[in-house]
Amino acid sequence: MNIYQEELLDHYENPSNYGTLPNPDISHVEDNPLCGDQIRMDLLIEDDKIKEVRFCGHGCTISLAAASMLTEKIEGKSLDEVKQITKDDMLEMVGIPLGPVRIKCALLALKVLKAGAYGINCWPGEEE
Amino acid sequence: MHTSEFRPLDVERIRKDFPIFATEPPLAFLDNAASTQTARPVVDAMDAYYDTYRSNIHRGIYRISEQATEEYERAREKVARLINAPRTRQIIFTRNTTESINLVAYSWGNQNIQEGDEIVLTVMEHHSNLVPWQLLAQRTGAVLRFLEITDEGLLDFTQLQDVLTEKTKLVAIGHVSNVLGTINPIQSVTAAAHAVGAKVVVDAAQSVPHFHVDVQQLDCDFLAFSGHKMCGPTGIGVLYGKLELLEEMPPFLGGGSMIRAVERDVSSYADLPAKFEAGTPSIAEAIGLGHAVDYITQANLAAIQVHEQELLKYAHHRLKEIEGITLYGPSVPHQKAGVISFNIEGIHPHDVAGILDTHGVAIRAGHHCAQPLMKRLDVIATVRASFYLYNTVEDVDRLYEGLCRAQKLMTRRK
Repeated sequence: MNIYQEELLDHYENPSNYGTLPNPDISHVEDNPLCGDQIRMDLLIEDDKIKEVRFCGHGCTISLAAASMLTEKIEGKSLDEVKQITKDDMLEMVGIPLGPVRIKCALLALKVLKAGAYGINCWPGEEE
Repeated sequence: MHTSEFRPLDVERIRKDFPIFATEPPLAFLDNAASTQTARPVVDAMDAYYDTYRSNIHRGIYRISEQATEEYERAREKVARLINAPRTRQIIFTRNTTESINLVAYSWGNQNIQEGDEIVLTVMEHHSNLVPWQLLAQRTGAVLRFLEITDEGLLDFTQLQDVLTEKTKLVAIGHVSNVLGTINPIQSVTAAAHAVGAKVVVDAAQSVPHFHVDVQQLDCDFLAFSGHKMCGPTGIGVLYGKLELLEEMPPFLGGGSMIRAVERDVSSYADLPAKFEAGTPSIAEAIGLGHAVDYITQANLAAIQVHEQELLKYAHHRLKEIEGITLYGPSVPHQKAGVISFNIEGIHPHDVAGILDTHGVAIRAGHHCAQPLMKRLDVIATVRASFYLYNTVEDVDRLYEGLCRAQKLMTRRK
């Protein structure tokens, strides 16, 4: 039963920073074609730091809880710091063992964030 | 041939042929529409090939090669008998249903489909019976047209007369929907298609393993299915075609085995079925498939069908008790095979699958390679349980308990 731990379910049921921003500096949306999950992230940047972040979308517990956790982590951080967040950081944050299919769920929010932070044209792409 | 005397399945004995069920508590394997377990006699037959007569088929002038050829061709005879093909050479071995359909799309399609011709599909097709026709339409300028389904999940027959015209050259249709379980009335479709001069390709991946399919009765022009969905191995599939069509068609893949004589610039091709079997085929897998055919015919396809119907009825009955559940597909059992798709309000299908997995229940969640159907049903994904001859009422109970657990966990404070 360990894949549905309390912390994860809490984030799923009461996600942090859920919603959209009226005039975001960065807004980006990505989906996971395997399961149709979709996450959008809006960022408000002030003095090169993330002042506000919101996410919305639809997906399973893991993709939505991971997005909620990620938004908590990045508030107040610079875009450069955001670009440094790795796949392993993300999986550590989610904190439960995941199979290859569901790793994609856990990483969807990070994909959205990084693609947004780099600007889609400069994004080096997902980590292997 | 198929014995007419009916005897119910001895499920307990059957389960002994599948070592995966020997664990305690046993795995509730309910993902048979994706791939079934392989029966022990099938694995034994493939082992015997690898251990005692491993060699390439055809042209080998030594004993074990002759034996391998014999076994490979015997498998073809068994498959021909299974679907009542008039001639054994109408059975072409491929890798799977997908390759069989692609063979028709390239070989028959390139030769017979022209700009403006229409190819009729249904909205419930698996991608394997959709994408090859999209590619053919892109190559040739042909137009795809779709038969819709009713809200009940049945083929909308009222449309048929409007969609089928003298422009229709081909109808490609699944025998059984891998999502809804809907059994399509192929005989009526072939009659209507032939009346306008169109050919019919049947994706029988979900039917041949589960009930008796007779290609002469269906009168279809092509029929495709896979070994791995009928207790056989992966890597082996079947294409059946009408003799006059197969004989007229150009080769699909070129290479060894499919030739008669090869000059520097041109070749002449072998007779059927070799013309369509270029290169060394999946020998062990074909032999395995032959034994899988033996296995399911000895179990008796009519008994398998009855058994699955009983499980389906029981599953319908139990799952309906769950609050917030939506079942997709026909509710009339005789129009539906042993596939049950559903969603539970407020729980993502992937979460359902994840929680069921921790409960020892293997089901599938996702779009089931039928994205246009998902759109039609207005869902992103569904949860799907699908049955086979070794499943039990206890498997359904485990599914039900797992679903209750998922619901409790995911809606605890709502």
